[in-house]
Amino acid sequence: MATVNIDRSIDARGMPCPGPLMSLIGAIREGEVGTVIEVLSSDEGSKTDIPAWVAKAGHELVEVVPEEGFTRFIVRKAR
Amino acid sequence: MPAKVVVLGGGVGGTLVANLLAKELGRDGKVSVVDPTGMHHYQPGYLYVALGQANGRWLVRDERTLLRREVDLVIEQATKVDPEKGLVHLERGGTLEYDYLVFATGARLVPDQVPGLRQGSYEFYSLEGAQRLREALRRFRGGRLLVGIAGVPYKCPPAPVEFVFMVEEYLRRRGIRDRSEVTLLSPLNRAFTIESASKVIQPIMEQRGIKLVTFFNVEEVDPSAGTVSSLEGEKLEYDLLVLVPPHRGQQVVIDSGLGDASGWLPTDRFTLQVEGQDRIFAIGDATNLPISKSGSTAHFEAPVVASRIASLVRGTAPNENYGGRVMCFLETGNRKATVLRFDYEHPPAPPQPNLIWHSAKWLFNRLYWETVPQGRLPEKLPMPVPTGRSES
Repeated sequence: MATVNIDRSIDARGMPCPGPLMSLIGAIREGEVGTVIEVLSSDEGSKTDIPAWVAKAGHELVEVVPEEGFTRFIVRKAR
Repeated sequence: MPAKVVVLGGGVGGTLVANLLAKELGRDGKVSVVDPTGMHHYQPGYLYVALGQANGRWLVRDERTLLRREVDLVIEQATKVDPEKGLVHLERGGTLEYDYLVFATGARLVPDQVPGLRQGSYEFYSLEGAQRLREALRRFRGGRLLVGIAGVPYKCPPAPVEFVFMVEEYLRRRGIRDRSEVTLLSPLNRAFTIESASKVIQPIMEQRGIKLVTFFNVEEVDPSAGTVSSLEGEKLEYDLLVLVPPHRGQQVVIDSGLGDASGWLPTDRFTLQVEGQDRIFAIGDATNLPISKSGSTAHFEAPVVASRIASLVRGTAPNENYGGRVMCFLETGNRKATVLRFDYEHPPAPPQPNLIWHSAKWLFNRLYWETVPQGRLPEKLPMPVPTGRSES
């Protein structure tokens, strides 16, 4: 489990692509720099899409945790 | 007493659901459509207006001419729904009582959500916008033409891709293609939301010399500098910028306290009932469902809602469910198109673009007025089930 404090959690399980990534993008838009956002996604595509977007957008992928039937992505807004 | 059914919105979904219900219920129901303009727009046609291939007159008809005689048309803006009392409040102060209500209110464009967008870019998501873009394209003498999406979700997901293909062809025909750079800005890491469709689209973009910039979520437009910036930190220069404006649900949804933060109605994906409301349904762009916001979606949803309401009026158990069916044509220019057919369980497996699907879209555009609003196209027409594997 992550040791960071989660400021906002998005349960995007069951949401097809690109729902989980778009939810994360929306939360990044709204959050302050330093905000930590958790996204839960059961969509396979998120495993590549979310880390790729976080890298391009210059934020920090704190942790990717495989869970039973879904993945937990923890992202810190860096700029 | 006949059951009172009120349909908010006279677009594809609202018109079809009203006509189907009036026919099905006969004297057991009284169906009213409430629409602020009383004019019905065939929105897929805006694309052709922008490219100078159609004029606006073809795209607009009086809603009255599309409704069955027994359906009332109330030309008014609905301002608020009171689910407790079963009342719709109207802008001019009146109210309408309902036993069953259908939100077919669509989406609205909110260009001011993005700084500089209104002043610095063109769009083809309204008739006026498409006409302005047509004039801007006529004046265009070559340069950097950028096409992007300024917010998700937006109506008709294939439209920006169709536009880049068709505008590339337009520039070639005008003899200014070699002086122009055509670029698609995608919010995702591929050209289109659906991966199987991107695999068909991207090689054609490459062949046609159309550039693709991925992960470009529009943040701001600077009209004086001629630049567009992304949330991801990129800034691109343009000579002509075409952006799909951000979309939101209608104000009446928000003011009724029924929508989410963006004004979309939380809707059951199978029954199309608004969550927590036994007598309220939603179809088309108004819902929060994670499927295409398109006329096709509304077209396939309308018979389900009509059937469920008819069952409720008659006191029988509703048994029709929406399976997520959508069918969209996607023009790739050069008189070719492909088709995206999918539902909740089956992602699309689009064929290589060809003349047949281009002709089918052309035919559909011309037959729309006489078929879709009246329910004359068989919604349950068996279509080849897409066989694509589940992809993101």
